[in-house]
Amino acid sequence: MQAGSSNGTWLRAYLIAYVLFLYLPIAIIPLFSFNNSVQAAFPLSGFTLEWYGSLWGNENLHRAFKTSLIVGFSAAFLATAIGVTVGYMEVAGGKRISQAISGLCRLPILIPGVIVGIALLILVNLAGLGPSRTAIILGHTLVALPTAVVIMRGRFASLPRSFSEVAMDLGAHEWTTFRRIVLPLAAPAIASSFMLSFLTSFDEFIVAFFLSGTEPTLPLFVWGQLRFPKQLPSVMALGTCILVASIIIATAAELIRRRGASGELPVTTPRPLPIS
Amino acid sequence: MNVSTEKLSAHPVASERQRRLFFIGMSLPGALATSVLVLFALGVVLFLGLRTNDGSLLGGAYTLGNLQAALTDPLYATVIIRSLAIAGFVTLATVVTAYPVAYYLAFHAGKHRGLLLFIVTLPFWTSYLLRVFAWKVVLAYNGVLNSALLTTGITSEPILAFLNTPAAVVVTLAHAYAAFAILPIYVALENVPKSLIEAAEDLGARPISIFRKIILPISMPGVMAAALVVFVPTVGDYVTPALVGGPNSTMIGSMIQAQFGKANDWPFGAALSVIVMVVILAVVVAARLADKRFGSRT
Repeated sequence: MQAGSSNGTWLRAYLIAYVLFLYLPIAIIPLFSFNNSVQAAFPLSGFTLEWYGSLWGNENLHRAFKTSLIVGFSAAFLATAIGVTVGYMEVAGGKRISQAISGLCRLPILIPGVIVGIALLILVNLAGLGPSRTAIILGHTLVALPTAVVIMRGRFASLPRSFSEVAMDLGAHEWTTFRRIVLPLAAPAIASSFMLSFLTSFDEFIVAFFLSGTEPTLPLFVWGQLRFPKQLPSVMALGTCILVASIIIATAAELIRRRGASGELPVTTPRPLPIS
Repeated sequence: MNVSTEKLSAHPVASERQRRLFFIGMSLPGALATSVLVLFALGVVLFLGLRTNDGSLLGGAYTLGNLQAALTDPLYATVIIRSLAIAGFVTLATVVTAYPVAYYLAFHAGKHRGLLLFIVTLPFWTSYLLRVFAWKVVLAYNGVLNSALLTTGITSEPILAFLNTPAAVVVTLAHAYAAFAILPIYVALENVPKSLIEAAEDLGARPISIFRKIILPISMPGVMAAALVVFVPTVGDYVTPALVGGPNSTMIGSMIQAQFGKANDWPFGAALSVIVMVVILAVVVAARLADKRFGSRT
């Protein structure tokens, strides 16, 4: 644009360095997961798939994976359902209370994970549940809620009002309009919100740490393995699988969202922030 | 068809009732979630922070002792100040390094903008624990960085000083939360009116003064928002200090976690949480005020 092209070149070089800084430390994990040494250090000693093989027979790992899937799907469903209703009521309802609820749903961004964790730990103990799978589901619903609400309200706000107005003029009730007009138009955003909420839960550690009982999630399983230096390479192999899964899901969510709303910028992080 | 039959059956009174039912039904999930999971949960933390520890879930009696102990014991003051310093450094580092990236994306990226934006925000969706773990592997005594320096002959023996330092915590957290900072700044830069920049150019303003007098002030709310979303999670972090920080980098999050774990003094942990929330509230208010001042300048 207006700035000189040399300016742009410098910025581009900076961008490349920045992306390297972002990705290189993460790339260490897959790199050493194929290295046939317990020690993660250069020089690489040789190629092996042994560490991946060791994941197959691990019963505890399988159980943790199952727990993560159950928790992830439940939390994603709850967060997205709440996100859809809250987002719609804020955009279309125009009532103070709806805006207040939406604001409160986005508030967890401003609460450190450790406090969300202990607050819910006290809560589930009060409710008689105790640390359990249900407790983690509640915790992850709360953690995923800001993302879900931000994505959904963004989508509802971008829908042309005329669609629902026409429907209403033709005599459709709010419920009919919402179900037959608004929901189908927002379907890609709903899918994207679901996937990103799932991902948030699937990778979440800080809150789950306080809320897990006898059934750890995948990140908690990884945390448990970190105590044993000998397990380091299999943690890397498992970590590689988790990274790949995360990247695939995030990419799919982005593609779906783009197809649903071309020309909009990606909502990969919560964007309208509580401060503004 | 369904629509028209419903119209025929629509009675004005019934439709008013229906409207109210719709409103209640649609508001219920959000109202329930926020009142129980947000308001009540935070209220319980505050309540427990004001109770004595007698081993029961809700404590024995009302007391200000927890807050008093947390605020007067120099140990906690040190840890809180350290947490603020570490989170402050991390916030500064992430925002300053993210700004040029957001700037490039907003003004120079052209048709690759969407893809680049996705690339720089993708790490945000990968496991936080794994990113921290990666740094532990990189910084360890016989780890990746030291072995790479040895192999390439840059150093002749491993450098001890990487792992278990506050600096390791800052670097790891800055890396973990880097992606948080880019988007808010980018969105703010997108909002800079191109006409304003063109007008300034036509009037002969130099690029540097266009940046200082137009672009930077207009993007300031985005910078503030970015600072906030990085500051909040880092100030309460307990995983990074545990994995790469060593004994001299204990943060307030670690102390809260310990009260709900080993130390088993929930009321005291709740009191520490209340203090952290108040500190964050103060930072948010300060950011808002600063935002207003910057906003009025444009």
